[in-house]
Amino acid sequence: MNWNKVYGLSLRHFYLIKSSFPRILDLIYWPSIQIFLWGFISKFFTLSSTYYNNTVGVILSAAILYDFLFRSSISYNMMFLEEIWSRNFTNLFISPIKIKEIIAALTLTAIVRTLIGMVPAALLAIPLFGVSIFKIGLPLISLLLSLYIFGITLGLLVTSGLIRFGPSFENIAWASLFFLAPLGCIYYPIEILPEWLQIIAKILPLVHIFEEMRNILINDIISYSQIILAITISIFYFMLGVAVFYISYAGAKVRGTLINVGE
Amino acid sequence: MKLEVKNLEKKFKNFTAVKNINFHIDNGQTLGVLGPNGCGKTTTIGMLLGLIKPSNGKILIDDENFENLNREKLLSQFNFASPYVELPKKLTVKENLEIYGRLYGVKDLTKRIQEISYDLNLDFFLNKKTGELSSGQKNRVSLAKSLINNPKILFLDEPTASLDPDIGDFVRKYIEDYKSKNKVSILLASHNMKEVERLCDQVIMMKEGEIVDRGTCQSLIDKHGRNNLEDTFLKLARNKNELE
Repeated sequence: MNWNKVYGLSLRHFYLIKSSFPRILDLIYWPSIQIFLWGFISKFFTLSSTYYNNTVGVILSAAILYDFLFRSSISYNMMFLEEIWSRNFTNLFISPIKIKEIIAALTLTAIVRTLIGMVPAALLAIPLFGVSIFKIGLPLISLLLSLYIFGITLGLLVTSGLIRFGPSFENIAWASLFFLAPLGCIYYPIEILPEWLQIIAKILPLVHIFEEMRNILINDIISYSQIILAITISIFYFMLGVAVFYISYAGAKVRGTLINVGE
Repeated sequence: MKLEVKNLEKKFKNFTAVKNINFHIDNGQTLGVLGPNGCGKTTTIGMLLGLIKPSNGKILIDDENFENLNREKLLSQFNFASPYVELPKKLTVKENLEIYGRLYGVKDLTKRIQEISYDLNLDFFLNKKTGELSSGQKNRVSLAKSLINNPKILFLDEPTASLDPDIGDFVRKYIEDYKSKNKVSILLASHNMKEVERLCDQVIMMKEGEIVDRGTCQSLIDKHGRNNLEDTFLKLARNKNELE
């Protein structure tokens, strides 16, 4: 691994972010809108039912964590799409950079993009709604790590599709997260799902992450086995995502699609 | 660095884009690749740059099979410029050169950027965003990117397309000077016959994926009884079933 190259490619995205105020605003805008929207929905539930005494904290924390996953994945996809939109794709793939260095650069830069958006949103939730995800305590780091790995994995799968099918796969990038949301049990316990869907949901890390978040916030109990399981499943999918990326790259070389991407 | 292509072929499902072609570029030589649109030039360049996997045949670099060589080490000695491939528009010229300098592992990058900026007259727009430049300026920046690593083999795809005669002449002069100083092997794909006559030591003419003729510019003109390379190109491009 040549870290100078990783740094070089990361710089390409840092320069892009720093050169455009609308881009920074866009990173902050959507998470903040999400927090507003869900904050008011949560507040409504609290006022309407005594059953949901702790709803503001739980639902808003879930919204913040889900948006962290969403931003991780979209940041990854966006950086790859930037190469296609700017018609820089060929230049990048003929340079002496390894595939693993491209993945590493995108993974590292995606966390910066994600944090630019999420930190202000998470802080905004404290004075506006009295909800702090930091109440989860140290396990929050593990939950965010697991979400980040899974978000990057989704990004890898979408970019594999972009390499294989070209820019026409772009819309999948936007839709991928919404597809998984119902199965992730983000805002409700897994028992809400039909039994056959519960089996599928359990092989995703999201269920374990959001169940654990609720466990901590509502019952004040930390289940380390649940956290380790979530991280393990995320790493498994990440490795699968890397393999799919390599296969797509090799397939694109056979089909000759790398030379036409962006056109 | 010597580049040799043996029986190179590329098939896409039912369509053969490049059919069993052979050519070589000796160290420090320039080979012109001519042919009408869709004749297989881009696919050939794609295979040479490692972007497209050949269906058959071999690419040899200094007599070693491309497939057996270290990809990154090899690509660090290649580079490519084309008006159809751009650099990120929102970044400044300097930022783009810095990024590609790092990707190509250029040592003493600041000095190299200064050198190449001076040589290609980029100095006064070095801090300007690449997307705000004129075609001529973008073209010079693309050339600068392609020379940032002092490549041993340079692939140029229509390097002066859409340039005015003055800037076109500047670029051609620069390539001539660069070649004489650096012993770089060049593969030049172009539709500008005057440019090919000026820059190329040898020429191959492609049509429908095949090489239909080859030689020096003058030998081709003489062989086909024409007055210049453009007329020779037109004759070969329009004649059916003409093979070397």
